Amino acid sequence: MAKSDKSVAVRGGSAVERADRVENPGFEPEHKRIHDVNPEKAAGAERGISILFLLSAILSVTAFALNFLFPIVPGDLWSVRLNTLLVGVAIAAGLLTLGVGTVHWAKALMHGHELVEERHETRGDEPTRKRAIEIFQEANKESGWTRRRLLRNSLITALVAFPIPAIALFRDLAPAADPVKALKHTAWKAGTRLARDPSGTPIKASEVTIGSAFHVIPEDLHNYEETFLNEKAKSAVLLMRLPVEELNISEERKDWSYDGIVAYSKICTHVGCPVALYEQQTHHLLCPCHQSQFDVSNECAVIFGPAARPLPQLPITVDAEGYLVAQSDFLEPVGPSFWERTQ
Amino acid sequence: MATSPRRGRRHPLASIALLLVGLFASGGAYALFTGAATAADNVPSAAQVENGKALFAANCASCHGLNAEGTKAGPSLVGVGALAVEFQVGTGRMPMAGSGPQAEKKPVQFAQDEIDAMAAWVASLAPGPGMPDAEYLSGGDASNGAELFRINCAMCHNVAGAGGALTEGKFAPNLHNIDPVHIYAAMVTGPQNMPVFSDMNITPEEKRDIIAYLKFMDENGSVGGLDLGALGPVSEGLFVWIFALGGLVAITIWLTAKSN
Ligand code: FES
Repeated sequence: MAKSDKSVAVRGGSAVERADRVENPGFEPEHKRIHDVNPEKAAGAERGISILFLLSAILSVTAFALNFLFPIVPGDLWSVRLNTLLVGVAIAAGLLTLGVGTVHWAKALMHGHELVEERHETRGDEPTRKRAIEIFQEANKESGWTRRRLLRNSLITALVAFPIPAIALFRDLAPAADPVKALKHTAWKAGTRLARDPSGTPIKASEVTIGSAFHVIPEDLHNYEETFLNEKAKSAVLLMRLPVEELNISEERKDWSYDGIVAYSKICTHVGCPVALYEQQTHHLLCPCHQSQFDVSNECAVIFGPAARPLPQLPITVDAEGYLVAQSDFLEPVGPSFWERTQ
Repeated sequence: MATSPRRGRRHPLASIALLLVGLFASGGAYALFTGAATAADNVPSAAQVENGKALFAANCASCHGLNAEGTKAGPSLVGVGALAVEFQVGTGRMPMAGSGPQAEKKPVQFAQDEIDAMAAWVASLAPGPGMPDAEYLSGGDASNGAELFRINCAMCHNVAGAGGALTEGKFAPNLHNIDPVHIYAAMVTGPQNMPVFSDMNITPEEKRDIIAYLKFMDENGSVGGLDLGALGPVSEGLFVWIFALGGLVAITIWLTAKSN
C-alpha cells in the first residue's frame, strides 16, 4: 500500500507504471528435460505416446462393438446396466488415453523454451483517437441528429413505445385466476369424506385404531381431472389417533377432533414439503426437509426448526354412517407463507 | 475429583446394569437347558403357554412386570398379541441391550420355539394381532406395493427402503432383507415410534404387495449401478467431492507440472 504513492505515470487503461519498477531478471537458464538430452529416451516417449493413441483407437472401436455384443434387451433392466457400463467405460478410457497422450506429447517432446508475449496497450494512439471523434462529428452533420429535432424526438418516442406490447405478453404468463384465492382454499368442504390415498376409499372412525396414521385425500378429489395434482398438493392430510387424554385441545378447537382422531395438513408451513414422519410414542411430526418438528398433542405447535406456524388443523366429525367427514375447509391457508397471507 | 470413582460405583444405573447381566446369564442358561421344547403348532398347547410364562418371568418381567402389566421401565403387553412378540423378540430388539433412543435390531436371543411359547402366553392374556396367514407373505403385486410404500412408508424408510433419521437419535431402520413376517408384523403392530397400519388402513392384500415390493428390491439390486446406500444427496455428494474433485485436482497438478 505504501508503495502506491510512488506511482508516477498513468499510461492507458489501468496499467500503472511504478517508479521503483524492479528490473526484469529474465528467464532462468532453460531446464533441459531428459528427452532433450537423450535421443533414446525421446524415441521411447514417442513410442509410448503412439501406443496411447493406438490404444485409444482400439478402445473407441471396442466401445462400438460392445454396444452390439451386449445389446439393450427391451424389458431387461440388467442388460441396460451392462450395456451402459461397458460402453461408457470403453468410451471414457478411449478419451482418457487420447488426452493423456496429447498432453504427454506437449510436455515431453515439444520444445521447452519459455516465452513472453507482450500485451498491446489498451489506449489507442493519438491519430486513431482524433479520427474517431471526426467520424462522430461527420455522422452528426450528415444525419442532422442535433439539428433535426423533430426527427430525433419522434425516433426516440417510437423506440420507447416498441416494448410496450411485451408488458401484455409477460402479464399473460401469470396464472389466469387469482392465485391468492387458489392459495387460500383447498378441495375440502363441509361434509367431504376423508379417504385413503391413493385408493380414495372413505375411512370410518372405527377403523382408525390408536397409534394409527392414515394418509388422507378428500373423497371427491378424483373429480378434479385437470387440476388433480394441484388440488392434491394442497389438500393432503395426515390423520392420526392419539389416546384422548394425551391431546391438549384449546377451547375453540374442542369440536375439531373425534375421539382422539385429529387431522392436520401435511404441507409444511416452512416451504411446503410433506410432513409425515410421525412418531406415535412422542407424538412428534418431523419434516424431512429442514427438520421442523410439530407436536401433535399440542395442536401441532412448532417445537423445533424453521417453520413459522403450526400445521393447520382440518376440523372433522363423523357422518350418520360413521365415516369421518370435514366440517369445513381449513380455516387458514395451508403451506408456506406468501405475500398476501394476512395472519 | 478423588471421590468420583467411588461415586461412579454408586451410580443407580450400575445396579440396573448388574441386574440385567444377571438376568441375561440366567435366561441364557435357562434357554440352554430348555432347547428342546414342544413343536410349534398353530394352536398353542397348555404346556407351551406355561413354558412361555416361565420364559417371560425369567427374561422380560423385570421391565414388563410378572403379568405383563407394565412397569416404569417398560410398557404393558396386555393385548399386543403374538405378532408383537414375534417382531420384537424375533428380530432381537427385545430383550433390550440397554436404554437408548430406541431398541435396535441385534442377534436373536431365543430359539424360535421359545419365541412362539412367549407369544402364545402373551396372546393368552388378551386378544391381539396374531400371526398372518402364509398367503399374505409371498406373491403380490410389486408395482402396487411400490405406490403404497411411497405414500405410507417412504417418508421415514426412504423410497429405496434404506431407512432414515427421525428426531433425537431415533431412526427408521433399513428394510433390506427383512423376513416377510417381520415386515407384516411391523405394519400391524406399529413397534416403538412407528405408527400402526392396521388391516383397516392397509388391507392384508396390500400388505402383501408392499412385501412384494421390498422383496423385489432385495432380489434385483440397483440397475443404476453403485447406489452408495441409496441415501440420496449425502452419500452421493460425499462421493463426488472426494473422488470426482480429487481426480480433477490430481489431473490439474499433472497438467501444470514440468516434465523432467
Ligand atoms: S419445508 Fe418443512 S422444515 Fe422446511
